[in-house]
Amino acid sequence: MDYLPHTPNDLQEMMQTVGIEKLDDLFVDIPERYRLKKLLDVPPSLSEQEVAGLMTAMSMKNASVPITLTGAGAYHHYIPSVVGHVISRSEFYTAYTPYQAEISQGILQAIYEYQTMIARLTGMQVANASMYDGASAMAEAAVLAGKTLGRTKIVIIRSVHPEYRQVVSTYAWANGYDVVEVSCGASGRIDTEALAQAIDENTAAVLIQSPNFFGVIEDIASVEPMTHSKGAMLVSGFTDATSLGILKPAGEMGADIVVGEGQSFGNPMNYGGPYLGIFASTGKYLRKIPGRLAGATLDREGKRGFVLTLQTREQHIRREKATSNICSNEALCALAAGVYLVSLGKNLKTLAELNVRKTQYLKKKLAERTGWKVLFPGAVYNEFVMQCPDPGAVNKKLQDNGIIGGYELEKDYPELKNTLLLCATEMLSKDDLDLIVSIAAQ
Amino acid sequence: MELIFEKSRPGRRASSIPQCDVPEVSIDTVIDRELIRDNVDLPEVGELDLIRHYTSLSRRNFGVDVGFYPLGSCTMKYNPKINEDVARLAGFTSLHPYAPDQFSQGNLQLMYELQQYLSEIFGMADFTLQPSAGAHGELTGVMTIKKYFDKKGELRSQMLIPDAAHGTNPASGALCGFQAVTVRSNDEGGVDIDHLRELMTEDVAGLMLTNPNTLGLFERNIEDVATIIHGKGGFLYCDGANANAFLGQTRPGDLGFDVIQLNLHKTFSTPHGCGGPGSGPVGVVKDLVPHLPIPRIAERDGTYVLDYDYPDSIGRVRAFYGNFNVMVKAYAYIRSLGPEGLKRTSDMAVLNANYIKEKLKPYYDLPYDRICMHECVFTGRRQVKENNVHTSDIAKRLLDYGFHPPTIYFPMIVPEAIMVEPNETESRETLDAFCDAMIAIAKEAKENPELVKSAPHTTAVKRLDDVLAARKPDVCWCP
Repeated sequence: MDYLPHTPNDLQEMMQTVGIEKLDDLFVDIPERYRLKKLLDVPPSLSEQEVAGLMTAMSMKNASVPITLTGAGAYHHYIPSVVGHVISRSEFYTAYTPYQAEISQGILQAIYEYQTMIARLTGMQVANASMYDGASAMAEAAVLAGKTLGRTKIVIIRSVHPEYRQVVSTYAWANGYDVVEVSCGASGRIDTEALAQAIDENTAAVLIQSPNFFGVIEDIASVEPMTHSKGAMLVSGFTDATSLGILKPAGEMGADIVVGEGQSFGNPMNYGGPYLGIFASTGKYLRKIPGRLAGATLDREGKRGFVLTLQTREQHIRREKATSNICSNEALCALAAGVYLVSLGKNLKTLAELNVRKTQYLKKKLAERTGWKVLFPGAVYNEFVMQCPDPGAVNKKLQDNGIIGGYELEKDYPELKNTLLLCATEMLSKDDLDLIVSIAAQ
Repeated sequence: MELIFEKSRPGRRASSIPQCDVPEVSIDTVIDRELIRDNVDLPEVGELDLIRHYTSLSRRNFGVDVGFYPLGSCTMKYNPKINEDVARLAGFTSLHPYAPDQFSQGNLQLMYELQQYLSEIFGMADFTLQPSAGAHGELTGVMTIKKYFDKKGELRSQMLIPDAAHGTNPASGALCGFQAVTVRSNDEGGVDIDHLRELMTEDVAGLMLTNPNTLGLFERNIEDVATIIHGKGGFLYCDGANANAFLGQTRPGDLGFDVIQLNLHKTFSTPHGCGGPGSGPVGVVKDLVPHLPIPRIAERDGTYVLDYDYPDSIGRVRAFYGNFNVMVKAYAYIRSLGPEGLKRTSDMAVLNANYIKEKLKPYYDLPYDRICMHECVFTGRRQVKENNVHTSDIAKRLLDYGFHPPTIYFPMIVPEAIMVEPNETESRETLDAFCDAMIAIAKEAKENPELVKSAPHTTAVKRLDDVLAARKPDVCWCP
């Protein structure tokens, strides 16, 4: 199946208009010896019905997994029906970036509303239209800090998601920055003394995450003075975006930039993408912030309308002097996030509370029934770490029951032997949780 | 139109949360009170309010399904509906990225095969699917080059970029610490070979070349370009934004390119979603394969696995494995088209661009009048000179005729540029109707320039004040 409408008659007349005899004449600029003489070696064309069958079969080669106990940067949440209906409107999903504002008011207003909701949730003055994902958003925040301050050292806490730390390292290496990793304390929280020692006059940014990778909620306010007293920027991340529904916003605790993964807001797990990077900052960095911004303005008749604004920050104008090279973002995922947040409204808090309660229940029951140790007993959101004799064997038992088990931390944290990072969201009923506990206790 | 916040009424709800079926511990007994927020300041509307709001917004938006969208450099082709359907299969959408490999064989096989198809189509040794979009792919590709020289202990500080390049190219080079050095275009719209030869030294890591370039012209001297770059040990980078022009006609790997980034959301028909998500796979020659991001996808005895064992990799450019769901659509597209369909796609994309070029050239000036590839670039300088009607005015007037305007003011080397990329999926009637509108506007510019300069007249809002938006930035609503 192809999607090519020209009839033989169209072709003939069009070739005549163009002044060619055969289609090959269109490609005269390609040196003859590099013209392909045979067809590409890819599988033959299929009808729509065959494609549907092929893809369905392929999707069924994946296991059907009703219960997922892993969070670790991607979270299983219920997606209200309205989200799928809105983002399936093809006026949205078949449009390009809204460069022509007058016929793109729909997405521009939706993004303006998204930016507003993200700013409110993070306690910041401005938010952009989205980055690729939480990890690259954090890396770009580090680069922004380095470029803005003319400093070359990035300090990152070890309790930040391991893959986020890897992405920060990659971006830092490319920019010639050094990354200094600071261990966390025995509580799973930031070791403030070690952190204070790591920050110096060449530190561009301090990167933290709360809840951190272990699910532990950090005291962001305690990091603020030591960061700002050295003139560095505080970049605060989070794990599951629904935690924003219950936790005090980082913006109220001194963060300069808040970044994180917005997938939890109405986007399926999708085996890792597409997701959306949330990026919000204080007003001070409005003209430095990477990516697109929708802004309100007026039309010729004085009516409110929206445009992409402050584009002189961006690569298509500033070229090599731009803060970032980002062009395409994750607009449709941000639209989904916006619809999700409007749908949830004040219920976002109720949902977050439900996540906390499910998590407390699972943690308590597992500790009671298995004798495993809760490694970091302080406040957590919807993830927690347990120490157990043989995490691999536990996960194997869970997998045999069609359950994706916990995240084995030892592969990223050799110091955390025999530990599992577990996550309980609203998607797990009490029955599910009891089943998990009984399998684990076997 | 009212904002969703202005429609908010205290007490309305558009969602319901399941009853708590576990003990209702008091939240402040498990999370310190000072870490809990006071209030969630989100709109309060009913479900019907929500749906009407977003439906109204959608009706104020123009997509490919609404009408012709000849936005140059963006490849706004039709997005086949079957691809949307298969991408929504629960088997693809519901899997956690850390699902064990044995749970995700379908996904891994799809990614593995997609890498193979892309390697064949573009003549590369291997591909990574990790980058999230074109610019992200550029960054990744340039990083692999940087890593190569790092490993050799060679320090190269410059990256050559033609003056016609996308802004992302110099920005990507700069993000990797390279100094962007501009190469001039010649009077045929290609790379000025003498200038290139002069600039190419052993301090240059490579040349980032868009081919066909942003004028829609194929680089005729590509062999010389490759020889000059390779002669000094540099890499030839292909910005694949314009790959729709040459599918099945020629392969960048055969032409001497060492790296190419693609835009699946352009060439392989995955929808643009108002600006994303995209997907920006990067293909490289053998020497650069060890530096691709981790994890890589490998096949061992019929089983697909994620392989992290690449010690010379640049590392990661994002979490997880890329925009997987976008890959599903691109995969389905390639399987639908097959080899004949891919070749035919480029045949038709190039024919359509030349057809528009020929039909409009009596009315709009062509900076380079030669056979073009998948897009053609006009200049509006005649309209400016004769009637002080600018390209931006022509673009806005096209809105009144029901078309999305072409890309304007790009490439920057063409004054008042109008860049038309019609794509292969448009019928002759659509192309004719667009040409008729452009011809009518050229006439209006002469006879009634004010009509064009005050356009658009039929849209939901009239021409918007960009200057005001930048002078008094309002990016978050305050009541």
